[in-house]
Amino acid sequence: MNRPKKTEFKFPTHIDEYPTGPQYAAGYLPETNAGWRSVRPVVDHDACVYCLRCYLLCPDGTVVKDNGKITFDMDYCKGCGVCAHECPKDAIEMVKE
Amino acid sequence: MKSNKIFISGDEAVAQGVRLSRPHVVAAYPITPQTITVERLAEMAESGEMEGEYMHVESEHSAISATMGASSVGARTFTASSSQGLLYMAEGLHYCSGGRWPVVMMNANRSVALPWSIYGDQRDSLSLLDCGWIQVYVEDAQEALDMIIQAYKIAEHKDVLTPMMVNLDGFILTHTYELVDIPEQEMVDKFLPAFQTPNKMSFEEPKNLGFSSKPDDNTEFKYQQNEAMFNSIQVLKDVDQEFADTFGRKYDGMVEEYRCEDAEVVLVALGSVCGTIRVVVDKMRAEGKKVGLLKIRYMRPFPEAEVKDLAKRVNAIGVVDKDISFGYEGTVYTNVNSAISKIDKYVYKSNFVGGLGGRDITKDEIEEMFNKLFSGVENKSEEKVEFFSLNVESND
Ligand code: SF4
Ligand code: SF4
Repeated sequence: MNRPKKTEFKFPTHIDEYPTGPQYAAGYLPETNAGWRSVRPVVDHDACVYCLRCYLLCPDGTVVKDNGKITFDMDYCKGCGVCAHECPKDAIEMVKE
Repeated sequence: MKSNKIFISGDEAVAQGVRLSRPHVVAAYPITPQTITVERLAEMAESGEMEGEYMHVESEHSAISATMGASSVGARTFTASSSQGLLYMAEGLHYCSGGRWPVVMMNANRSVALPWSIYGDQRDSLSLLDCGWIQVYVEDAQEALDMIIQAYKIAEHKDVLTPMMVNLDGFILTHTYELVDIPEQEMVDKFLPAFQTPNKMSFEEPKNLGFSSKPDDNTEFKYQQNEAMFNSIQVLKDVDQEFADTFGRKYDGMVEEYRCEDAEVVLVALGSVCGTIRVVVDKMRAEGKKVGLLKIRYMRPFPEAEVKDLAKRVNAIGVVDKDISFGYEGTVYTNVNSAISKIDKYVYKSNFVGGLGGRDITKDEIEEMFNKLFSGVENKSEEKVEFFSLNVESND
Protein backbone atom coordinates (compact mmCIF):
# COMPACT_ATOMS: atom_id res chain seq x y z
CA MET A 1 0.00 0.00 0.00
CA ASN A 2 1.17 3.53 -0.76
CA ARG A 3 1.25 5.43 2.47
CA PRO A 4 0.07 9.05 2.14
CA LYS A 5 2.86 11.57 1.86
CA LYS A 6 3.60 13.58 4.92
CA THR A 7 3.36 17.30 4.23
CA GLU A 8 5.84 19.10 6.33
CA PHE A 9 4.21 21.59 8.67
CA LYS A 10 5.89 24.93 9.06
CA PHE A 11 4.80 26.91 12.09
CA PRO A 12 3.57 30.35 10.93
CA THR A 13 5.93 33.26 11.41
CA HIS A 14 3.47 35.95 10.26
CA ILE A 15 -0.14 36.44 11.32
CA ASP A 16 -1.29 36.25 7.68
CA GLU A 17 -0.01 32.68 7.47
CA TYR A 18 -2.66 31.63 9.97
CA PRO A 19 -5.88 30.22 8.52
CA THR A 20 -8.98 32.39 8.87
CA GLY A 21 -10.56 30.57 11.76
CA PRO A 22 -9.85 26.94 12.48
CA GLN A 23 -10.68 25.65 8.97
CA TYR A 24 -7.54 25.00 7.03
CA ALA A 25 -6.29 22.87 4.15
CA ALA A 26 -6.20 19.20 5.08
CA GLY A 27 -3.04 17.08 5.01
CA TYR A 28 -0.87 18.73 7.63
CA LEU A 29 0.29 17.13 10.80
CA PRO A 30 1.91 19.70 13.00
CA GLU A 31 3.39 17.05 15.30
CA THR A 32 4.39 13.39 15.16
CA ASN A 33 3.78 10.97 18.03
CA ALA A 34 7.36 9.76 18.29
CA GLY A 35 8.06 11.97 21.30
CA TRP A 36 5.73 9.90 23.48
CA ARG A 37 7.63 6.67 22.93
CA SER A 38 9.79 5.08 25.59
CA VAL A 39 9.93 1.59 24.04
CA ARG A 40 9.99 0.64 20.38
CA PRO A 41 8.80 -2.49 18.53
CA VAL A 42 11.47 -4.65 16.92
CA VAL A 43 10.45 -7.60 14.65
CA ASP A 44 12.17 -10.92 14.48
CA HIS A 45 11.71 -11.50 10.75
CA ASP A 46 12.50 -15.22 11.07
CA ALA A 47 9.66 -15.72 13.54
CA CYS A 48 7.18 -13.47 11.72
CA VAL A 49 4.69 -15.34 9.50
CA TYR A 50 3.32 -12.15 7.94
CA CYS A 51 -0.21 -12.73 9.25
CA LEU A 52 -0.70 -8.92 9.46
CA ARG A 53 -2.44 -8.98 12.84
CA CYS A 54 -0.12 -6.19 13.97
CA TYR A 55 -0.88 -4.25 10.81
CA LEU A 56 -4.62 -4.46 11.48
CA LEU A 57 -4.48 -3.75 15.19
CA CYS A 58 -1.93 -0.96 15.53
CA PRO A 59 -4.10 1.91 16.78
CA ASP A 60 -2.00 4.45 14.88
CA GLY A 61 -1.71 2.67 11.57
CA THR A 62 2.05 2.82 11.80
CA VAL A 63 2.80 -0.79 10.82
CA VAL A 64 4.02 -0.82 7.24
CA LYS A 65 3.75 -3.75 4.79
CA ASP A 66 7.11 -3.60 3.12
CA ASN A 67 7.31 -6.33 0.40
CA GLY A 68 6.54 -9.23 2.70
CA LYS A 69 8.36 -7.65 5.61
CA ILE A 70 6.88 -5.82 8.59
CA THR A 71 8.37 -2.40 9.32
CA PHE A 72 7.17 0.58 11.34
CA ASP A 73 6.75 4.27 10.62
CA MET A 74 8.78 5.45 13.56
CA ASP A 75 7.52 9.04 13.22
CA TYR A 76 4.13 7.90 14.44
CA CYS A 77 4.71 4.77 16.52
CA LYS A 78 3.88 5.75 20.08
CA GLY A 79 5.36 2.61 21.60
CA CYS A 80 2.12 1.28 23.07
CA GLY A 81 3.07 -2.36 22.53
CA VAL A 82 -0.33 -3.46 21.15
CA CYS A 83 1.42 -5.07 18.17
CA ALA A 84 3.75 -7.06 20.39
CA HIS A 85 0.86 -8.16 22.62
CA GLU A 86 -1.28 -9.28 19.67
CA CYS A 87 1.42 -11.07 17.65
CA PRO A 88 0.55 -14.81 17.68
CA LYS A 89 4.22 -15.71 17.13
CA ASP A 90 5.70 -13.37 19.75
CA ALA A 91 7.76 -12.01 16.90
CA ILE A 92 7.70 -8.42 18.18
CA GLU A 93 9.79 -7.36 21.11
CA MET A 94 9.46 -3.98 22.78
CA VAL A 95 12.92 -2.58 23.27
CA LYS A 96 13.83 0.36 25.49
CA GLU A 97 14.64 3.50 23.49
CA MET B 1 -36.64 53.16 -9.39
CA LYS B 2 -39.82 51.14 -8.82
CA SER B 3 -41.33 51.53 -5.39
CA ASN B 4 -43.11 48.69 -3.67
CA LYS B 5 -44.28 49.79 -0.26
CA ILE B 6 -46.30 47.50 1.97
CA PHE B 7 -47.67 47.94 5.48
CA ILE B 8 -45.91 45.40 7.69
CA SER B 9 -44.47 44.89 11.16
CA GLY B 10 -40.78 44.96 12.01
CA ASP B 11 -40.74 41.18 12.33
CA GLU B 12 -42.23 40.81 8.85
CA ALA B 13 -39.78 43.35 7.47
CA VAL B 14 -36.93 41.18 8.75
CA ALA B 15 -38.46 38.12 7.09
CA GLN B 16 -38.68 40.03 3.80
CA GLY B 17 -35.04 41.07 4.12
CA VAL B 18 -34.05 37.47 4.73
CA ARG B 19 -36.07 36.17 1.76
CA LEU B 20 -34.47 38.74 -0.53
CA SER B 21 -30.99 37.70 0.67
CA ARG B 22 -31.61 34.13 -0.54
CA PRO B 23 -30.25 32.13 2.40
CA HIS B 24 -29.71 28.41 1.83
CA VAL B 25 -30.51 27.48 5.41
CA VAL B 26 -32.72 29.12 8.02
CA ALA B 27 -32.63 27.47 11.44
CA ALA B 28 -34.46 29.18 14.25
CA TYR B 29 -36.61 28.50 17.27
CA PRO B 30 -39.59 30.77 17.89
CA ILE B 31 -39.61 33.10 20.88
CA THR B 32 -41.70 36.17 21.66
CA PRO B 33 -41.31 38.80 20.22
CA GLN B 34 -39.35 37.30 17.31
CA THR B 35 -41.93 34.59 16.51
CA ILE B 36 -43.59 36.30 13.55
CA THR B 37 -40.28 36.49 11.68
CA VAL B 38 -39.76 32.77 12.06
CA GLU B 39 -43.36 31.95 11.15
CA ARG B 40 -43.18 34.03 7.98
CA LEU B 41 -39.90 32.40 6.95
CA ALA B 42 -41.33 28.94 7.55
CA GLU B 43 -44.33 29.85 5.39
CA MET B 44 -42.12 31.27 2.66
CA ALA B 45 -40.00 28.11 2.64
CA GLU B 46 -43.11 25.92 2.48
CA SER B 47 -44.74 27.86 -0.35
CA GLY B 48 -41.50 28.02 -2.30
CA GLU B 49 -41.43 31.81 -2.14
CA MET B 50 -38.04 31.35 -0.48
CA GLU B 51 -35.79 28.68 -1.96
CA GLY B 52 -33.79 27.95 1.17
CA GLU B 53 -34.29 25.10 3.58
CA TYR B 54 -36.12 25.83 6.84
CA MET B 55 -34.80 23.60 9.61
CA HIS B 56 -37.09 22.93 12.53
CA VAL B 57 -34.69 22.74 15.44
CA GLU B 58 -35.52 21.87 19.01
CA SER B 59 -33.75 24.78 20.68
CA GLU B 60 -31.74 27.93 20.14
CA HIS B 61 -28.56 26.02 20.93
CA SER B 62 -29.37 23.73 18.00
CA ALA B 63 -30.35 26.69 15.82
CA ILE B 64 -26.94 28.29 16.07
CA SER B 65 -25.23 24.89 15.75
CA ALA B 66 -27.14 24.08 12.56
CA THR B 67 -26.36 27.46 11.00
CA MET B 68 -22.67 27.05 11.83
CA GLY B 69 -22.55 23.62 10.23
CA ALA B 70 -24.28 24.88 7.11
CA SER B 71 -22.09 27.97 6.95
CA SER B 72 -18.93 25.87 7.14
CA VAL B 73 -19.83 24.18 3.85
CA GLY B 74 -20.47 27.51 2.17
CA ALA B 75 -24.19 28.06 2.78
CA ARG B 76 -25.69 31.47 3.49
CA THR B 77 -27.51 31.08 6.79
CA PHE B 78 -29.96 32.88 9.02
CA THR B 79 -31.15 32.49 12.56
CA ALA B 80 -33.21 34.64 14.90
CA SER B 81 -33.79 34.83 18.60
CA SER B 82 -34.48 37.01 21.60
CA SER B 83 -33.80 37.29 25.32
CA GLN B 84 -33.61 33.87 27.04
CA GLY B 85 -33.24 32.20 23.65
CA LEU B 86 -30.29 34.37 22.74
CA LEU B 87 -28.69 33.58 26.09
CA TYR B 88 -29.28 29.89 25.50
CA MET B 89 -27.35 30.35 22.23
CA ALA B 90 -24.51 32.11 24.01
CA GLU B 91 -22.08 29.19 23.90
CA GLY B 92 -22.64 28.84 20.16
CA LEU B 93 -22.22 32.57 19.56
CA HIS B 94 -18.59 32.34 20.64
CA TYR B 95 -18.07 29.18 18.59
CA CYS B 96 -19.53 30.92 15.56
CA SER B 97 -17.38 34.04 15.71
CA GLY B 98 -14.29 31.94 16.47
CA GLY B 99 -15.12 29.69 13.51
CA ARG B 100 -15.38 32.84 11.37
CA TRP B 101 -18.76 31.79 10.01
CA PRO B 102 -20.70 34.80 8.73
CA VAL B 103 -24.09 33.79 10.09
CA VAL B 104 -26.64 36.62 10.16
CA MET B 105 -29.04 36.78 13.08
CA MET B 106 -31.97 38.93 14.02
CA ASN B 107 -32.38 39.56 17.71
CA ALA B 108 -35.60 41.03 19.05
CA ASN B 109 -34.34 42.94 22.07
CA ARG B 110 -36.18 41.77 25.15
CA SER B 111 -35.66 41.83 28.88
CA VAL B 112 -34.14 38.83 30.66
CA ALA B 113 -35.52 36.94 33.65
CA LEU B 114 -36.09 37.13 36.60
CA PRO B 115 -38.61 38.70 37.00
CA TRP B 116 -39.83 37.21 33.75
CA SER B 117 -40.81 39.77 31.15
CA ILE B 118 -41.54 39.49 27.47
CA TYR B 119 -41.14 43.24 26.97
CA GLY B 120 -38.24 45.11 25.57
CA ASP B 121 -34.94 46.30 26.90
CA GLN B 122 -31.45 45.67 25.58
CA ARG B 123 -29.91 43.63 28.37
CA ASP B 124 -29.97 40.46 26.27
CA SER B 125 -27.65 41.55 23.46
CA LEU B 126 -25.60 44.06 25.45
CA SER B 127 -24.66 41.35 27.94
CA LEU B 128 -23.21 39.49 24.93
CA LEU B 129 -21.13 42.33 23.52
CA ASP B 130 -17.96 40.31 23.99
CA CYS B 131 -19.00 37.25 22.00
CA GLY B 132 -17.28 38.45 18.84
CA TRP B 133 -20.36 39.31 16.78
CA ILE B 134 -20.88 42.55 14.92
CA GLN B 135 -23.87 44.21 16.61
CA VAL B 136 -26.07 46.77 14.90
CA TYR B 137 -29.19 48.39 16.43
CA VAL B 138 -31.96 49.67 14.16
CA GLU B 139 -34.58 52.35 14.66
CA ASP B 140 -37.47 51.25 12.45
CA ALA B 141 -38.74 48.37 10.31
CA GLN B 142 -37.26 49.74 7.07
CA GLU B 143 -33.83 49.91 8.65
CA ALA B 144 -34.33 46.36 9.96
CA LEU B 145 -35.03 45.02 6.46
CA ASP B 146 -32.21 47.00 4.90
CA MET B 147 -29.71 45.96 7.56
CA ILE B 148 -30.42 42.26 7.05
CA ILE B 149 -29.39 42.66 3.41
CA GLN B 150 -26.39 44.80 4.35
CA ALA B 151 -25.44 42.36 7.13
CA TYR B 152 -24.75 39.53 4.68
CA LYS B 153 -22.54 41.75 2.59
CA ILE B 154 -20.59 42.95 5.63
CA ALA B 155 -20.33 39.62 7.45
CA GLU B 156 -19.32 37.65 4.33
CA HIS B 157 -16.64 40.13 3.23
CA LYS B 158 -13.30 38.31 3.01
CA ASP B 159 -11.64 40.77 5.40
CA VAL B 160 -14.45 40.39 7.93
CA LEU B 161 -15.87 36.82 7.98
CA THR B 162 -17.57 37.56 11.27
CA PRO B 163 -21.18 36.83 12.21
CA MET B 164 -23.57 39.74 12.58
CA MET B 165 -26.52 40.40 14.88
CA VAL B 166 -29.23 42.82 13.76
CA ASN B 167 -31.03 44.07 16.88
CA LEU B 168 -34.48 45.58 16.93
CA ASP B 169 -36.48 46.54 19.99
CA GLY B 170 -39.07 43.96 20.99
CA PHE B 171 -42.68 45.04 20.41
CA ILE B 172 -41.81 48.72 19.79
CA LEU B 173 -40.34 47.63 16.44
CA THR B 174 -41.18 43.96 16.06
CA HIS B 175 -44.94 44.40 16.50
CA THR B 176 -45.67 47.88 15.19
CA TYR B 177 -46.60 48.39 11.57
CA GLU B 178 -45.19 50.84 9.10
CA LEU B 179 -44.91 51.35 5.37
CA VAL B 180 -41.82 49.47 4.29
CA ASP B 181 -40.26 49.62 0.87
CA ILE B 182 -39.52 46.11 -0.40
CA PRO B 183 -36.56 46.20 -2.77
CA GLU B 184 -36.70 44.41 -6.12
CA GLN B 185 -35.17 40.94 -6.04
CA GLU B 186 -33.01 41.64 -9.09
CA MET B 187 -31.49 44.67 -7.43
CA VAL B 188 -30.79 42.75 -4.25
CA ASP B 189 -29.18 39.99 -6.31
CA LYS B 190 -26.92 42.55 -7.93
CA PHE B 191 -26.05 44.15 -4.61
CA LEU B 192 -25.55 40.84 -2.80
CA PRO B 193 -23.83 38.18 -4.89
CA ALA B 194 -23.63 34.56 -3.77
CA PHE B 195 -21.54 33.78 -0.68
CA GLN B 196 -17.99 32.80 -1.63
CA THR B 197 -15.34 31.88 0.88
CA PRO B 198 -11.91 30.29 0.74
CA ASN B 199 -12.85 28.78 4.10
CA LYS B 200 -15.49 26.49 2.64
CA MET B 201 -15.26 22.78 3.46
CA SER B 202 -15.78 20.81 0.28
CA PHE B 203 -14.84 17.53 -1.41
CA GLU B 204 -12.84 19.49 -3.99
CA GLU B 205 -10.75 21.26 -1.40
CA PRO B 206 -10.90 19.23 1.80
CA LYS B 207 -10.32 21.07 5.03
CA ASN B 208 -9.51 20.14 8.57
CA LEU B 209 -11.49 21.71 11.35
CA GLY B 210 -8.77 22.38 13.87
CA PHE B 211 -11.05 22.31 16.82
CA SER B 212 -8.57 23.13 19.53
CA SER B 213 -5.41 25.12 19.66
CA LYS B 214 -2.89 25.18 22.44
CA PRO B 215 -1.45 28.24 24.20
CA ASP B 216 1.23 28.32 21.43
CA ASP B 217 -1.19 29.75 18.92
CA ASN B 218 -4.60 30.35 20.46
CA THR B 219 -3.79 34.03 20.95
CA GLU B 220 -3.13 34.45 17.22
CA PHE B 221 -6.66 33.29 16.37
CA LYS B 222 -8.09 35.81 18.82
CA TYR B 223 -5.83 38.53 17.42
CA GLN B 224 -7.21 37.79 13.96
CA GLN B 225 -10.79 37.98 15.17
CA ASN B 226 -10.13 41.37 16.70
CA GLU B 227 -8.46 42.56 13.52
CA ALA B 228 -11.43 41.37 11.44
CA MET B 229 -13.79 43.31 13.67
CA PHE B 230 -11.74 46.47 13.09
CA ASN B 231 -11.66 45.71 9.35
CA SER B 232 -15.44 45.70 9.38
CA ILE B 233 -15.51 49.45 10.15
CA GLN B 234 -14.44 50.40 6.63
CA VAL B 235 -16.41 47.55 5.08
CA LEU B 236 -19.69 48.53 6.73
CA LYS B 237 -19.25 52.15 5.61
CA ASP B 238 -18.55 51.06 2.02
CA VAL B 239 -21.51 48.68 2.08
CA ASP B 240 -23.78 51.46 3.38
CA GLN B 241 -22.63 53.76 0.56
CA GLU B 242 -23.15 51.06 -2.05
CA PHE B 243 -26.57 50.38 -0.56
CA ALA B 244 -27.41 54.08 -0.83
CA ASP B 245 -26.28 54.13 -4.46
CA THR B 246 -28.43 51.09 -5.26
CA PHE B 247 -31.55 51.60 -3.14
CA GLY B 248 -31.47 55.30 -2.28
CA ARG B 249 -31.43 54.83 1.50
CA LYS B 250 -28.39 55.67 3.60
CA TYR B 251 -27.77 55.07 7.29
CA ASP B 252 -24.44 56.82 7.84
CA GLY B 253 -22.42 53.81 8.97
CA MET B 254 -21.35 53.61 12.61
CA VAL B 255 -23.53 56.42 14.03
CA GLU B 256 -26.07 58.94 12.92
CA GLU B 257 -25.90 62.50 14.23
CA TYR B 258 -29.20 64.37 14.50
CA ARG B 259 -28.96 68.15 14.84
CA CYS B 260 -25.53 67.93 16.49
CA GLU B 261 -23.82 70.61 14.33
CA ASP B 262 -23.84 73.35 16.98
CA ALA B 263 -25.28 71.30 19.86
CA GLU B 264 -24.25 72.03 23.44
CA VAL B 265 -25.75 68.95 25.03
CA VAL B 266 -26.38 65.63 23.35
CA LEU B 267 -28.11 62.40 24.23
CA VAL B 268 -26.60 59.14 23.01
CA ALA B 269 -28.90 56.16 22.50
CA LEU B 270 -29.51 52.93 20.56
CA GLY B 271 -32.55 51.70 18.70
CA SER B 272 -36.15 52.84 18.73
CA VAL B 273 -35.87 55.39 21.55
CA CYS B 274 -33.92 57.54 19.08
CA GLY B 275 -37.21 58.21 17.32
CA THR B 276 -38.67 59.74 20.49
CA ILE B 277 -35.48 61.69 21.18
CA ARG B 278 -35.64 63.24 17.68
CA VAL B 279 -39.11 64.62 18.45
CA VAL B 280 -37.89 66.16 21.71
CA VAL B 281 -34.80 67.57 20.00
CA ASP B 282 -37.04 69.31 17.44
CA LYS B 283 -39.27 70.72 20.19
CA MET B 284 -36.37 72.02 22.29
CA ARG B 285 -34.57 73.37 19.22
CA ALA B 286 -37.73 75.35 18.41
CA GLU B 287 -37.39 76.87 21.90
CA GLY B 288 -33.80 77.84 21.11
CA LYS B 289 -32.10 75.11 23.15
CA LYS B 290 -29.08 73.63 21.45
CA VAL B 291 -29.67 69.90 21.87
CA GLY B 292 -28.86 66.96 19.65
CA LEU B 293 -28.92 63.19 19.34
CA LEU B 294 -26.16 60.71 18.59
CA LYS B 295 -27.71 57.46 17.48
CA ILE B 296 -25.19 54.69 17.94
CA ARG B 297 -25.87 52.12 15.26
CA TYR B 298 -22.97 49.75 15.86
CA MET B 299 -21.97 48.69 19.38
CA ARG B 300 -19.38 46.27 17.95
CA PRO B 301 -17.21 47.43 16.39
CA PHE B 302 -17.58 50.48 18.64
CA PRO B 303 -17.72 53.97 17.06
CA GLU B 304 -14.85 55.33 19.13
CA ALA B 305 -13.75 57.90 16.53
CA GLU B 306 -17.28 59.25 16.12
CA VAL B 307 -17.90 59.56 19.88
CA LYS B 308 -14.56 61.33 20.38
CA ASP B 309 -15.31 63.68 17.54
CA LEU B 310 -18.69 64.57 19.03
CA ALA B 311 -17.29 64.98 22.55
CA LYS B 312 -14.81 67.57 21.27
CA ARG B 313 -17.71 69.69 20.05
CA VAL B 314 -20.19 69.56 22.97
CA ASN B 315 -20.38 70.42 26.67
CA ALA B 316 -22.38 67.48 27.91
CA ILE B 317 -23.20 63.94 26.87
CA GLY B 318 -25.97 61.87 28.39
CA VAL B 319 -26.24 58.19 27.62
CA VAL B 320 -29.64 56.52 27.61
CA ASP B 321 -29.08 52.87 28.51
CA LYS B 322 -31.84 50.29 28.24
CA ASP B 323 -29.64 48.06 30.32
CA ILE B 324 -27.62 48.08 33.54
CA SER B 325 -24.46 46.22 34.42
CA PHE B 326 -25.32 45.65 38.06
CA GLY B 327 -22.78 47.09 40.42
CA TYR B 328 -21.46 49.62 37.94
CA GLU B 329 -23.31 51.48 35.18
CA GLY B 330 -25.04 51.03 31.84
CA THR B 331 -22.92 49.17 29.29
CA VAL B 332 -23.39 51.73 26.54
CA TYR B 333 -22.25 54.40 29.01
CA THR B 334 -19.12 52.44 29.92
CA ASN B 335 -18.20 52.24 26.25
CA VAL B 336 -19.01 55.88 25.46
CA ASN B 337 -17.14 57.03 28.57
CA SER B 338 -14.07 55.07 27.59
CA ALA B 339 -13.97 56.87 24.23
CA ILE B 340 -14.50 60.29 25.84
CA SER B 341 -11.68 59.62 28.32
CA LYS B 342 -9.27 59.54 25.38
CA ILE B 343 -9.78 63.19 24.50
CA ASP B 344 -8.17 66.02 26.35
CA LYS B 345 -11.24 67.99 27.35
CA TYR B 346 -13.79 68.15 30.15
CA VAL B 347 -17.25 66.98 29.13
CA TYR B 348 -20.09 66.67 31.61
CA LYS B 349 -21.49 63.16 31.47
CA SER B 350 -24.50 61.39 32.84
CA ASN B 351 -26.00 57.95 32.50
CA PHE B 352 -29.77 57.54 32.33
CA VAL B 353 -30.78 53.93 32.83
CA GLY B 354 -34.32 53.46 31.58
CA GLY B 355 -36.79 51.42 29.64
CA LEU B 356 -36.04 48.30 31.67
CA GLY B 357 -38.52 45.46 31.26
CA GLY B 358 -40.35 47.43 28.59
CA ARG B 359 -41.15 50.59 30.57
CA ASP B 360 -41.71 53.46 28.15
CA ILE B 361 -39.22 56.29 28.00
CA THR B 362 -41.46 59.30 27.50
CA LYS B 363 -40.86 62.61 25.75
CA ASP B 364 -41.18 64.42 29.09
CA GLU B 365 -38.48 62.21 30.57
CA ILE B 366 -36.18 62.87 27.66
CA GLU B 367 -36.70 66.60 28.03
CA GLU B 368 -35.88 66.24 31.72
CA MET B 369 -32.66 64.39 30.78
CA PHE B 370 -31.63 67.23 28.47
CA ASN B 371 -32.39 69.77 31.21
CA LYS B 372 -30.36 67.78 33.72
CA LEU B 373 -27.44 67.89 31.30
CA PHE B 374 -27.76 71.69 30.97
CA SER B 375 -27.82 72.16 34.75
CA GLY B 376 -25.03 69.60 35.18
CA VAL B 377 -22.76 71.76 33.02
CA GLU B 378 -23.82 74.93 34.80
CA ASN B 379 -23.31 73.57 38.31
CA LYS B 380 -20.35 71.38 37.42
CA SER B 381 -22.26 68.50 39.01
CA GLU B 382 -20.73 65.10 39.58
CA GLU B 383 -21.40 62.52 36.92
CA LYS B 384 -24.17 60.17 37.81
CA VAL B 385 -25.78 56.88 36.99
CA GLU B 386 -29.47 57.40 37.45
CA PHE B 387 -32.45 55.06 37.09
CA PHE B 388 -34.94 56.85 34.90
CA SER B 389 -37.37 56.71 36.35
CA LEU B 390 -38.56 54.82 39.40
CA ASN B 391 -42.30 54.91 40.09
CA VAL B 392 -41.66 55.06 43.84
CA GLU B 393 -39.45 56.99 46.23
CA SER B 394 -35.94 55.59 46.62
CA ASN B 395 -33.45 55.85 49.49
CA ASP B 396 -31.01 57.95 47.44
S1 SF4 C 1 1.48 -10.10 14.04
FE1 SF4 C 1 3.49 -10.96 14.34
S2 SF4 C 1 3.54 -12.62 12.88
FE2 SF4 C 1 1.83 -11.39 12.31
S3 SF4 C 1 2.70 -9.99 10.83
FE3 SF4 C 1 2.83 -8.96 12.74
S4 SF4 C 1 4.86 -9.46 13.49
FE4 SF4 C 1 4.40 -10.88 11.88
S1 SF4 D 1 3.97 -0.07 19.43
FE1 SF4 D 1 1.85 0.57 19.21
S2 SF4 D 1 1.99 2.29 17.82
FE2 SF4 D 1 3.92 1.24 17.63
S3 SF4 D 1 3.62 -0.14 15.95
FE3 SF4 D 1 3.11 -1.31 17.78
S4 SF4 D 1 0.91 -1.04 18.01
FE4 SF4 D 1 1.60 0.52 16.57
